Amino acid sequence: MNITYREAVRSGLREALQRDPRVFLMGEDVGKYGGTYACSKGLLDEFGPERIRDTPLSESTFVGAGIGAALGGMRPIVEVMTVNFSLLALDQIMNNAATLRHMSGGQFSVPLVVRMATGAGRQVAAQHSHSLEGWYAHIPGITVLTPATVTDARGMLLTALEQPDPVFIFEHAYLYSMEGTLEEGPVPVEISHAAVRRIGKDVSLLTFGGSLWKALAAATQLAQAGIEAEVVDLRVLRPLDRDTLLASVRKTHRAVVIDEAWRTGSFAAEISAVIMEQAFYELDAPVARVCSEEVPIPYPKHLEEAALPSVENIVQAVRRLLG
Amino acid sequence: MTASMTREQGVEWLRQMLRIRRFEERAAELYQLGKIHGFLHLYIGEEAVAAGSIPALTHDDAIVATYREHGHALVRGTSMRSLMAELFGKATGCARGRGGSMHFFDASRRFYGGLAIVGGGLPVAVGLALADKLQGRARVTACYFGDGAVAEGEFHESLNLAALWKLPVLFLCENNLYAMGTALARHQSQPDIAEKARAYAMTAHTVDGMDVLAVEVATRRAVEFVRQGNGPCFLEYRTYRFRAHSMYDAELYRTKDEVNEWKQRDPIAIFEQRLRAARLWNDEDRAQLDASIAAEVEDAVAFAEAGPWEPVDDLPKDVDSRAVGNQQSAISQKLNADR
Ligand SMILES: Cc1ncc(C[n+]2csc(CCOP(=O)(O)OP(=O)(O)O)c2C)c(N)n1
Ligand SMILES: [Mg+2]
Repeated sequence: MNITYREAVRSGLREALQRDPRVFLMGEDVGKYGGTYACSKGLLDEFGPERIRDTPLSESTFVGAGIGAALGGMRPIVEVMTVNFSLLALDQIMNNAATLRHMSGGQFSVPLVVRMATGAGRQVAAQHSHSLEGWYAHIPGITVLTPATVTDARGMLLTALEQPDPVFIFEHAYLYSMEGTLEEGPVPVEISHAAVRRIGKDVSLLTFGGSLWKALAAATQLAQAGIEAEVVDLRVLRPLDRDTLLASVRKTHRAVVIDEAWRTGSFAAEISAVIMEQAFYELDAPVARVCSEEVPIPYPKHLEEAALPSVENIVQAVRRLLG
Repeated sequence: MTASMTREQGVEWLRQMLRIRRFEERAAELYQLGKIHGFLHLYIGEEAVAAGSIPALTHDDAIVATYREHGHALVRGTSMRSLMAELFGKATGCARGRGGSMHFFDASRRFYGGLAIVGGGLPVAVGLALADKLQGRARVTACYFGDGAVAEGEFHESLNLAALWKLPVLFLCENNLYAMGTALARHQSQPDIAEKARAYAMTAHTVDGMDVLAVEVATRRAVEFVRQGNGPCFLEYRTYRFRAHSMYDAELYRTKDEVNEWKQRDPIAIFEQRLRAARLWNDEDRAQLDASIAAEVEDAVAFAEAGPWEPVDDLPKDVDSRAVGNQQSAISQKLNADR
């Protein structure tokens, strides 16, 4: 069945609300407005204002309230409109959600799910274009998911709700209108593995989220030149499935990591380090990274495009590796 | 007509309100034509607030505004040309095209943005005022924000600090009754916003934001109060946005009737009516004004069209003061010379 990513998220939300009376959704404009990206459109009518809760503009407080509700036995889904505004909730995320279980000697758990849109590419300038999922992946105590397909967009939400610990789901804003085919299989999808989205033998393209589609497009172009790229969708940034990405690198002996965040201190740097540590002698060339330019993302299209990873950048990086 | 308004002032307020409206109507058209992209938050309906309040500030005072700031920049005196060019993303824009609609800046007019994180401007305004106080300058920092910002922690922290330290901040809440799709009464336990400011021991007033004269009178008084060193002051302007939150939304959160009722209170129509009633204004005046504004808008569009794009090679320029491509500023030259 073909559906949009937005519909996939909505169908996941609906199913979660139907399955478990402890589940509720809260965030800015999730109810009456229908969700900033229309993910929750219609849910207020269907489930009522107790379970679809519009909050004031208080990111720190409603994320903190999500933590409290989770501690209190509920299964909250908190929508932070976009990753850009999650910065206002960072204290709650880092100092409470991520620490409570460990710090309490295992007495408490926080079964909280937080969803947010991430990424650039829509000409909304420097304060609305961040890609910070790599930052979040730095924090022990939370799980970080980056669904790139419609199947994952729906399924990961349901899996996340089954976890005893906080799960953060990053939905690339560019993907909401993308159509895809819902795959058969268990609906709460597994979240322990990366997925090989295209098989190849010459180079591994390691990526996640919105960049997956750029990597796949690059692989198609490379195939026309006789280069067979393997594309690995990391899917879960924390805990990272090292085995799948290392298996791919051991097969192809070359790796390009594609990450929409800035290069310095990026998740791409982490992936590169994992390869150095565990597959150094398998490499035929140094690991390459395709990341955003180290600038605040500008508004005009030509500058925004120049700042973000492109299909062309990926193709060039692969060609450089293959010499 | 009230004694506190001359014909000249009244005409100027009307002119500013109309400049904002025509500028934005044209911007909305240009958006449909694909000349402007990203978010475009229109101020239409709220013009009396910027037109009445900004003239109460002096050239030395500072302004911190939000992503709905086209009107504020226009009234402050930034050229319509550079604002339109900014909307296009051209290098001739007031932020070299890098910011777009939400990020107007104009250092020469102490216009500090154009900030698009709700509530994010308040702490900045508090800091600007602190700098003035510490350096003994009798300047005022005017900080505009919406009713939605009132829910953010930064609002409360900033009001408290400004009041505690008696800082020269003028907090100006543009209460248009909605934060995107969330009505004030659906996000505030106490929807009387001025009351919140009083809880921080701050002088606060509620003002009819659809009446440019009321806005002017209240703001001028508040500016004087702050400038005299009495600490911060808070004004809540009751106003209404006639258009969607950004360019499009389904407006599921309010009724057509409600919007139409507010449109009866259109700040431009009402004020023009008053000028006419006082025999300060007639059809001919209006026709002349319309023609001059239309010419200004078209000139701005032509300027924006003709402007160059910033070269891609300039992308790293100004990321920090050392970034490649930066010209050495006078200060860094001096520092280097001193070394
Ligand atoms: C911290 C933060 N959270 C969410 C948003 C998304 N957002 C942009 S404008 C807006 C509504 C703000 O309403 P208000 O402050 O009343 O200003 P208005 O748009 O009515 O002028 C929201 C939720 C944001 N920009 N910043
Ligand atoms: Mg508002």
